[in-house]
Amino acid sequence: MDGWMDGWMDGWMDGWMGGWVDGLLLTIGITSSFQMQFMLLFSRQGKLRLQKWYVPLSDKEKKKITRELVQTVLARKPKMCSFLEWRDLKIVYKRYASLYFCCAIEDQDNELITLEIIHRYVELLDKYFGSVCELDIIFNFEKAYFILDEFLLGGEAQETSKKNVLKAIEQADLLQEDTKVSFSPSFLMVWSRNAAEVRDSCRGSEQADWV
Amino acid sequence: MPAPIRLRELIRTIRTARTQAEEREMIQKECAAIRSSFREEDNTYRCRNVAKLLYMHMLGYPAHFGQLECLKLIASQKFTDKRIGYLGAMLLLDERQDVHLLMTNCIKNDLNHSTQYVQGLALCTLGCMGSSEMCRDLAGEVEKLLKTSNSYLRKKAALCAVHVIRKVPELMEMFLPATKNLLSEKNHGVLHTSVVLLTEMCERSPDMLAHFRKLVPQLVRILKNLIMSGYSPEHDVSGISDPFLQVRILRLLRILGKGDDDSSEAMNDILAQVATNTETSKNVGNAILYETVLTIMDIKSESGLRVLAINILGRFLLNNDKNIRYVALTSLLKTVQTDHNAVQRHRSTIVDCLKDLDVSIKRRAMELSFALVNGNNIRGMMKELLYFLDSCDPEFKADCASGVFLAAEKYAPSKRWHIDTIMRVLTTAGSYVRDDSVPNLIQLITNSVEMHAYTVQRLYKALLDDISQQPLVQVASWCIGEYGDLLISGQCEEEEPIQVTEDEVLDVLEGLLVSNLSSPVTRGYSLTAIMKLSTRFSSVNRIKKVVSIYGSSIDVELQQRAVEYNALFKKYDHMRPALLERMPIMEKTASNGPTEIVQTNGEAEPSVVEPKHPPPVGQPASQVKNTVFGLVSRCLSLMAFYLFDLSKTVNFLSIGIPPMTAYNKNGLKIDFTFERANPNPNVAVITIHASNSTEADMTDFVFQAAVPKTFQLQLLSPSSNVVPALNQGTVTQVIRVLNQQKQQLRMRIKLTYIHKGSAVQDLAEVNNFPPQSWQ
Repeated sequence: MDGWMDGWMDGWMDGWMGGWVDGLLLTIGITSSFQMQFMLLFSRQGKLRLQKWYVPLSDKEKKKITRELVQTVLARKPKMCSFLEWRDLKIVYKRYASLYFCCAIEDQDNELITLEIIHRYVELLDKYFGSVCELDIIFNFEKAYFILDEFLLGGEAQETSKKNVLKAIEQADLLQEDTKVSFSPSFLMVWSRNAAEVRDSCRGSEQADWV
Repeated sequence: MPAPIRLRELIRTIRTARTQAEEREMIQKECAAIRSSFREEDNTYRCRNVAKLLYMHMLGYPAHFGQLECLKLIASQKFTDKRIGYLGAMLLLDERQDVHLLMTNCIKNDLNHSTQYVQGLALCTLGCMGSSEMCRDLAGEVEKLLKTSNSYLRKKAALCAVHVIRKVPELMEMFLPATKNLLSEKNHGVLHTSVVLLTEMCERSPDMLAHFRKLVPQLVRILKNLIMSGYSPEHDVSGISDPFLQVRILRLLRILGKGDDDSSEAMNDILAQVATNTETSKNVGNAILYETVLTIMDIKSESGLRVLAINILGRFLLNNDKNIRYVALTSLLKTVQTDHNAVQRHRSTIVDCLKDLDVSIKRRAMELSFALVNGNNIRGMMKELLYFLDSCDPEFKADCASGVFLAAEKYAPSKRWHIDTIMRVLTTAGSYVRDDSVPNLIQLITNSVEMHAYTVQRLYKALLDDISQQPLVQVASWCIGEYGDLLISGQCEEEEPIQVTEDEVLDVLEGLLVSNLSSPVTRGYSLTAIMKLSTRFSSVNRIKKVVSIYGSSIDVELQQRAVEYNALFKKYDHMRPALLERMPIMEKTASNGPTEIVQTNGEAEPSVVEPKHPPPVGQPASQVKNTVFGLVSRCLSLMAFYLFDLSKTVNFLSIGIPPMTAYNKNGLKIDFTFERANPNPNVAVITIHASNSTEADMTDFVFQAAVPKTFQLQLLSPSSNVVPALNQGTVTQVIRVLNQQKQQLRMRIKLTYIHKGSAVQDLAEVNNFPPQSWQ
């Protein structure tokens, strides 16, 4: 890389690439107009609890976007609606207890269904952790990511059934129990421990803690 | 070596820090421990250390030294390692670092792993952050998995394919065979992701779109089943079956039905069914209705269906949920041009939204209100909009004022109403009115000949009340200078004429000159006004005195004017009446070219622009003696300039940057011409002109550009993609380059076209930019 930006611009896709963007951000301008670009979870004090980016950006850019967006959302009054325009994106946010769930979607996307996506993710977290609260997300952030990655892929919902997402997470969690070198699908069927037992014993307990 | 502390333990410890400095110290200590652990190639605790690193990364601390460790975790055989490794890769790596390519092989192996959860991890990572190179290498594996019968993997592969296509659109073709039976799946996850994949393909390729149109009946059937089927606990959300899938199907139908009569007809019934049967008490039902409305408006639906859609939006406007109201206003704004009459029926509800508490809703309601103004409702609408202008937040005032002026200009029922409306805006939101409104208003007032007396009287009274709002003061000064004689003669017919003497008027104007509230521009206006009154009033001596005092003003602008006006009194007094004559009616000249585009609200509309040349002034030519022709003509043009006070809208920097030839090879010549974008001097606006001197057309012409990272680049759509032969025409395209660091401009260009049946591609570097384009 000799200082040149990545990718080529040709102006054909939708004319304007949505305002000024850095050399690299330009490559993401050529996407469809229905994509979730990122999701951020942050507290009322502005502390980041989860960040999922579906577009390639440098660390510096991510930090800048996060800082600006957090400031903007926290400045919103309670009576305001859940949508706001920010740069060339639409921001959909909702507060659940002490956490803000914030998604950036593109121009043509449906804001109302994005609210449902956010709500579904919260429901999944709630089912998994059992009455989830911010502390769960803080102490088990990696699990929050795992759940998100079973629900969304590349910014789109991959599974619309709550049950199936949770089932997949439980099965994957079981796999972590295994310390053997190799494992196969048949192994899973032999392992008959109740998934909920596994989960409950993990919470707060050091022994079944994998990291 | 003791075992590294556990993740939760670290989190607990860090949270006990009372200051930022304390936290930083803890982090540094732990990072040091992690670093040495990495150096020792400790396999057992690598996973734990990386997890801790990810936590610290989320707090904002650097974690790049963990990147390679993530790769080692991914390569491990333990599932826990892989899980954390892939998570780390998604958080710490991105396609800018070459290191990410090292993942490719691991991902390839994991895509073929015997455990579906490992395959899932690989698919997820690839689909989230795979670079173009990785996608190219692994597309084949993804395609294989797209054909598997394992629905867990199939749904993930579908979304991964979406990502691959986004990164490398040329690979789209290879996924076509796999899409054959996607919609016959029963599994909702696969169905949903398949619809997403089909949507992506149809959006990117008109051929694919045509190919997939045949799926419309199948999609309609699936949607119908979703609506008609009974309660399905697995996919139910507040009584609605799989709303996510419904929305995606509706979206795909929209794309397939757009511009196609047959497809649109095939989906008419189901759209009507969804529109009428969906439960609207919760957000989820409204989300589906919203998507339905968007689809109805975009396809070739029959008018009854369109009215149904608009009415749904109208009902949304009355919904208690502000989110729904917001969405309704946005959609109505999109459809107001095409379905104007239908939207008009909801005008009063829309106007009510002006009083909403939410800023975004207010803004949309304002925009929509302006779009709905017409000759019939102008009086009523303007009343509401002026009331809104009075009470709205400062951030709206400029846009609202501009909107009012535009609407008034188009639909004013009478000249008096027009002037009154303008007065109202100037007095209530005077400081927020855009600078370009002043010349526009002056032009309007000049052309309303019968209203001159009324206008100057009202403006004078407004000045007595308040001299802080500059646009108002400027327009008022100009009018008083122009029509001061009407003011003191008490000729007003429209309302009770006021009694005012010459001295009182001059007091007011001189007050503007000395007031701290007046901007330099305003002072210029008032001095000129005072000067003009020398031919309309009898107190010439007083005016002479004022003018001579300002001959030594510190403000250079004022000084120059005063000196020249003084000269007018002393040496060219016989010309003064002609020069200061009443302005004739100005014609509106259409603006042409980007230099005259005035930035209003970010839109590049040509505004109704003041004439750039001085108007005919009396009969000066016959009175001019040859010996003083030079001075007088300069004086004339200067007078005209001052009298118009429009100097600041002329873009001085647009002229003078020479054009250049950027590329000239094989008959294709590309010239660059330059302008500077007003108001940002760091932006260079380059127009490329591509011409073809060969005897065959160059078709499918695509011009691409890249700039070094210190610049930012924006390309607009080209005028066409055919460069005609024998220089019969040019393809033009506008490039905007932001050069904040004022570095030397360099550009790489890539040209592709088809010439005489063969594809041509060429790369070139452009280094000969004239210094004025980037300095």
